[in-house]
Amino acid sequence: MDILVVHLFNALLYASVLFLIAGGLSLIYGVMRIVNLAHGNLFAIGAFATASAVGQWFAGSTSGWLFLLLPTGAIVAALIGAVLEPTLLRPFYRRPEEYQLLVTFGLLYILEDVMRFIWGPYPVSASVLFEKAGSLHVGEFVYPRYNLFVIAVGGLAALFLWAFIYRTKFGVVLRATSQDMRRASALGINVNLVYVEAFTIGCFMAGLAGAVIVPSQSAVLGMGVDALVLSFIVVVIGGLGSLEGALVGALIVGVIREIGITVFPEIELAVLYLIAAGVLFIRPAGLFGRTA
Amino acid sequence: MSGLSPSPELASAPAASAPAPFRRRSPVKVALWAIPITVILIAVPWVVDEYQTILLAYGLAMAIAVLGFNLLLGYTGLLSFGHAAFFGVGAYAVAFMVKYFHVESMELFLLAAIVASGVVTVIFGYVCVRYTRIFFSILALALSQVLWSLAYKFFWVTGGTDGLRVPTPKLLGFGPAEGEGKIHFLTHRYYYYVLVVFVICVAVMWLVVHSPFGKALQAIRDNETRAQFVGVRIRAYRFMAFLISGIFTGISGALWVPLNGLTTPEILTWQFSGEFVFMAVLGGFRNFTGPIVGALVFNYLKTYAVGFTVYWQALLGVVLVFLVVVLPTGIVGSIQLLWARARRRISR
Repeated sequence: MDILVVHLFNALLYASVLFLIAGGLSLIYGVMRIVNLAHGNLFAIGAFATASAVGQWFAGSTSGWLFLLLPTGAIVAALIGAVLEPTLLRPFYRRPEEYQLLVTFGLLYILEDVMRFIWGPYPVSASVLFEKAGSLHVGEFVYPRYNLFVIAVGGLAALFLWAFIYRTKFGVVLRATSQDMRRASALGINVNLVYVEAFTIGCFMAGLAGAVIVPSQSAVLGMGVDALVLSFIVVVIGGLGSLEGALVGALIVGVIREIGITVFPEIELAVLYLIAAGVLFIRPAGLFGRTA
Repeated sequence: MSGLSPSPELASAPAASAPAPFRRRSPVKVALWAIPITVILIAVPWVVDEYQTILLAYGLAMAIAVLGFNLLLGYTGLLSFGHAAFFGVGAYAVAFMVKYFHVESMELFLLAAIVASGVVTVIFGYVCVRYTRIFFSILALALSQVLWSLAYKFFWVTGGTDGLRVPTPKLLGFGPAEGEGKIHFLTHRYYYYVLVVFVICVAVMWLVVHSPFGKALQAIRDNETRAQFVGVRIRAYRFMAFLISGIFTGISGALWVPLNGLTTPEILTWQFSGEFVFMAVLGGFRNFTGPIVGALVFNYLKTYAVGFTVYWQALLGVVLVFLVVVLPTGIVGSIQLLWARARRRISR
């Protein structure tokens, strides 16, 4: 029974992080119809930034205040996003999709090496936070408290995002722009500003995912690409451009991966990709996607 | 149907990215270009050193893959992020022939690669060609990642990250001569073997894209609905294009693997698929010769960038962004543009 609960929590942990990454990817696609292939790198940058803030600048410190440094990665990723969108991506909205994919693919190459340049080839860790949080003991049951914190962050992020998009004025503007950019623009909405904001929020979410996961695992080069490929699976299952889809997709992938690791470790990834291909085959736009 | 209507943004794309017309060229004019270039390629092993020849052999092998890739991107309008799958299947087919059947003949290798990549392409194509645009790209990527994870995890079959070794093959039944070193063999006889296959592949691709079938693909690319109205069976044609494209890429993988001597799961990753995309864009995917030029130039660019700096990826990224922003028609397209301008100026 305890084992089952641990597996469940692990699945939720994985789903929370995946939701943050894939939700950002999906939000960006939903608003500006662009698939950012460099999205995983923003996740990695978030992880590296938090890791160097906690593990390098304040190395040796074990104060509880260190938790305040956790959002560093999210903020850094958001700032990068706010710069990238107007400079590099904006000229491409009016060009065919191939070119958008190509330019973000180039960006992927560049950001990967920027990280290598700044943080070097070795893993950077912020495990002090993970250790400080300790473990939760309930009878025989032991589970790291930090992981529960990550699950909570994922859940809260989903809640905030929902409230933000469906309960605020900015959310209405965002949805209007997403549905018909031209008409929204004609109604006086500053579409360029909405695009910058949406892209920044998307990058913030990716950075936040990296920031919260880095205390329990180190930041390594290449983690961005792995995350990108997995979040592709999530958005393909859930539907590109749909946040509900990203949530459901992340939960499905989280659970399947947890089962996969214990039952069929060799073909875990293959099963995930096959499920994604199967969903695309039956519902081309994903479970929650719209065809438009 | 994909259920995707072309977006207004696409319809109003600026003229710079509009497809250049594929002009009808007389065979004499084509021969005027093709024969001198082939003669130069034949002369290469006697002129430059062995290292350069091997680099060129790599480039020619890759060029076959990019030619195949471009049948989809340039002629059918489908951007595949999963072509490494077919390349890898070609290479692993050769490695399996060596490991499990102890075959040494290059002709059998090529046959195995064609059959294996053909089978995989049929399966992938059946699923992929139902979709276009980003969904096609992601589906191709997802399926290729399945192969990668299988090659990576089933290490007792594929050797895992250590990969599988492939010794120098026998060409038309003959291995290296008595006392002939491996390098000499690769830079002479194997080089010519690659060159012959390359020339055949270029000729076949030329015929394909200039046939009514090729014209129909371009019609599908430019306007799917209209192509359907004039009676083009869109899905069947896309499937055929996908199949030809995958088999070309498989042949390329089979030719590449004896040069490399080793096949690892790295050639199945999506970064490797990305390199095909890069080569096509570098050369210019709106031209027939673009992919060939792109593959050759990329090969040198990557080799020297890797030697020049550890940040070669960033260098490639900057080049890619620069190309897409400033020279979307690639090297060949830009040269054509300059040539046309120069001619206009002279005739004025």
